[in-house]
Amino acid sequence: MSSITAEPASHGHAGAHDAHGHGAHGEHAHDPTLAHHFESHAQQFDSAKLGMWLFLATEVLFFGGLFVAYAVLRNRFPEVFSYASHYLDTTMGGVNTAVLIVSSLTMALAVRFAQVGKKGAMLLCLWLTLAGAAGFMVIKYFEYEHKIHAHLVWGTTFYVPPEGHTGAEESKALAAAPEPSAAGVTVADPTAPALPVLAALPAVDAPAIKPAARAPAGLATTHEMARAEGIKEHVSREQTEHQEKLHLEDRKLPPNTHLFFAVYYAMTGLHGVHVVVGGFMLAWLIWRGMRGDFGPKYYTPVDVGGLYWHIVDLVWIFLFPLFYLIH
Amino acid sequence: MTTINANPDAVLDTHASSDNYLTHSRGFLSWALTLDHKRIGVMYLVGVLTSFLVGGIFALLLRTELLTPGATITADANTYNQWFTLHGAIMVFLVIIPSIPAAMGNFVLPIMLGAKDVAFPRLNLFSFWLWVGGALFAVFSLWRGAFDTGWTFYVPYSTTTEMGGVVPVVVGVFILGFSSIFTGMNFVVTIHKLRPPGMTWFRMPLFLWAIYSTALIQVLATPVLAITLLLLIVERTIGIGIFTPSLGGDPVLFQHFFWFYSHPAVYIMILPGMGIISELFAVHSHRHIFGYRFIAYSSVAIAIFSFLVWGHHMFVSGQSVLINTIFSAISFSVAIPSAVKVFNWTATLYKGNISLTTPMFYALSFLVLFTIGGLTGIHLATLNTDVHLHDTYFVVAHFHYVMMGSALIAMIGGLHHWWPKMTGRMYNETLGSLACIIIFVGFNITFFTQFMLGSHGMPRRYYDYKPEYQSYHVISTIGSYVMASGFLLTAWCLLSSIWLGRRAPANPWGGRSLEWQCPSPPPHDNFPVQPRVGDCYDFSCVVWKEEEQGYIVDRSLDPELNPNAPKRAGAH
Repeated sequence: MSSITAEPASHGHAGAHDAHGHGAHGEHAHDPTLAHHFESHAQQFDSAKLGMWLFLATEVLFFGGLFVAYAVLRNRFPEVFSYASHYLDTTMGGVNTAVLIVSSLTMALAVRFAQVGKKGAMLLCLWLTLAGAAGFMVIKYFEYEHKIHAHLVWGTTFYVPPEGHTGAEESKALAAAPEPSAAGVTVADPTAPALPVLAALPAVDAPAIKPAARAPAGLATTHEMARAEGIKEHVSREQTEHQEKLHLEDRKLPPNTHLFFAVYYAMTGLHGVHVVVGGFMLAWLIWRGMRGDFGPKYYTPVDVGGLYWHIVDLVWIFLFPLFYLIH
Repeated sequence: MTTINANPDAVLDTHASSDNYLTHSRGFLSWALTLDHKRIGVMYLVGVLTSFLVGGIFALLLRTELLTPGATITADANTYNQWFTLHGAIMVFLVIIPSIPAAMGNFVLPIMLGAKDVAFPRLNLFSFWLWVGGALFAVFSLWRGAFDTGWTFYVPYSTTTEMGGVVPVVVGVFILGFSSIFTGMNFVVTIHKLRPPGMTWFRMPLFLWAIYSTALIQVLATPVLAITLLLLIVERTIGIGIFTPSLGGDPVLFQHFFWFYSHPAVYIMILPGMGIISELFAVHSHRHIFGYRFIAYSSVAIAIFSFLVWGHHMFVSGQSVLINTIFSAISFSVAIPSAVKVFNWTATLYKGNISLTTPMFYALSFLVLFTIGGLTGIHLATLNTDVHLHDTYFVVAHFHYVMMGSALIAMIGGLHHWWPKMTGRMYNETLGSLACIIIFVGFNITFFTQFMLGSHGMPRRYYDYKPEYQSYHVISTIGSYVMASGFLLTAWCLLSSIWLGRRAPANPWGGRSLEWQCPSPPPHDNFPVQPRVGDCYDFSCVVWKEEEQGYIVDRSLDPELNPNAPKRAGAH
């Protein structure tokens, strides 16, 4: 862990403090920023930093599972990924990438200002980073909102024809409905494909049928089926350029296209959760910073918080090209 | 860390005072909100042993049901499925994984380092409450309609079963996973940053090497389980499709993810057990551990191998022949570091001054059971025999020999080893040894017969069976009753010692590591100043002291701690 390079001054101070024989822990009662079980500030700082690096390792593996899922599914359905990535809005994704990179810069500056004791500049940078987090989530919200509206989502809902707001509600019911109970299956929307078939079957078979119910139209002939269901009437021409051709109308729609969106929502969703957590962390740092907790002698929370923020940024740096840029 | 020079005291102060960690403060909140690693360790211990009791009761129900073909005590096969699922899930996630690292490790690790606490005491308390939260979710799942998926939660069954308890229990295991991750992080940082002066990496007690390797696995493997369970939850609730074959998803991907965690997880279970056994053999045969470096390296080697063998759980899941062959070969090689340990332990016993104490009985039991469990693992790593033995009682017997016969026996052995330190009381040695022998005999009756059952083709997880299997099932069930009586005797032996046992000396066994150089029970801060240490397996300066009815570590005899110490021939 050779990461501790930027704070020779503080370390020198802590080291001197230590060398002057303040090792006995009773002395530390005067210093509220040094926990009783550490011998020195340097030891405490190094421990916190190593702990955060380990936590980042767990984060990498946490997302790693999803990256593997991406790789496996992309390998299995290359045509799906190449087709569906056109539905993502590169401009919004690009702006979000810029927002996160800038927020990483302001975070790094906040650490630096904490080290040199410039409280006002540090707080400004933390506020800017927090604004970056919020801005990212706002843009992400609009992206999600457009896609959900156009049924560019995971699972069977992908195949439900877009028909305004009620359509989205009903499709949610469809996705949620196949939780069959012993008593049988409730049919949320009688027009939904395959559900009437499901309801007609004996209740004992319900668990076995559920997967089938989930993919009523997820077959090679999706668009024909969609046509047969009379989707064409519901087509809205006011979609964005990508969605000008509604996906269900597209004759080139590959089977299992919903899987792209499954991975997309899983990965960007989990990343979004991390951005929100990072936002709370930044708010906490700002609160402590305003209280005057941080200075050249003690800035551990800013430093390890910065590490966390950088990994959140870094994950997005991989997500952006994987979903938006490569086809 | 240059503050502490050689400690001038010949013997560290080991006199028990009325102010120890148990009496330091009083009241429920002083425990529930404690940051003291010892109290957290004790709370884990209570939780783990309670869960062990519950999981054990389910095991006895299972064995009783299997006494006869068809219905014995329940006419509903689904009830049986819930029992074995609960037995497996409780024993794996609530008992074995947290038992040694979280319960014993929390208590012993900082004291072995002479530190006042782990690196992050608040995180440690948070881990404990996460464990409680996870356990409560498991209980909640029973109320929501239980679950019958087996502890492995394989899709698509787990995403389609009618049982309503799947999501709550998966959430519970997800939370338990984070408890385990945070404990692992805490221990890695503690060992890196809080070692005492004089303790280089190759001076650490081997228990710490084992805990360190375990903690690395906890930190690196558990997040993969977390994401897998998260995907399972969204699969079941909103049908995301990644694991669902009818949506183009891949159920075998779930198996890969699951075993990428759960194979390393079996080393989370066994590695700390091996660490305890290294301590027990050295201390109770009063002889320097043989091949220290080899044991230390083998712990790390096992941790590394553990990440490369997950595919051997899926030999019949449609992997390619090439992949199967590679996983089979790597699985074989796990035998090398495991055998290195076994040979070194045996060599430690050779010409040792063996005390047949209760912990030594457990260590010897471990040696036998682990050898059987390890060697039968070779049968299962072999491709052609595994196709025959897959999902039979042979597998059940194999992993019980390793997870219970080894990991849990080591844990109970360690509990007897450190019990005087934890409680300040000695238990009845005769009773403890007798209980160990009963458990050992009962265990072998229960599980050795299952090797026979499995090789004759009895599948695991079956409620019903053909009459020709019955004799084996009856023997196995009788063995489980014998074992249960042994555990009850152990529980009585330990619990009664709290009221009836004589006061424990600081060092009842003749240990050399730091936990034996502080009073029993230890004071709140363990040591006033982090002491300098020498070779923790050099027992030549451990001497019996009649008036204390225990040993003392005479630091003036160690040339490392006292330059004027008399030179000895053959000192390590």
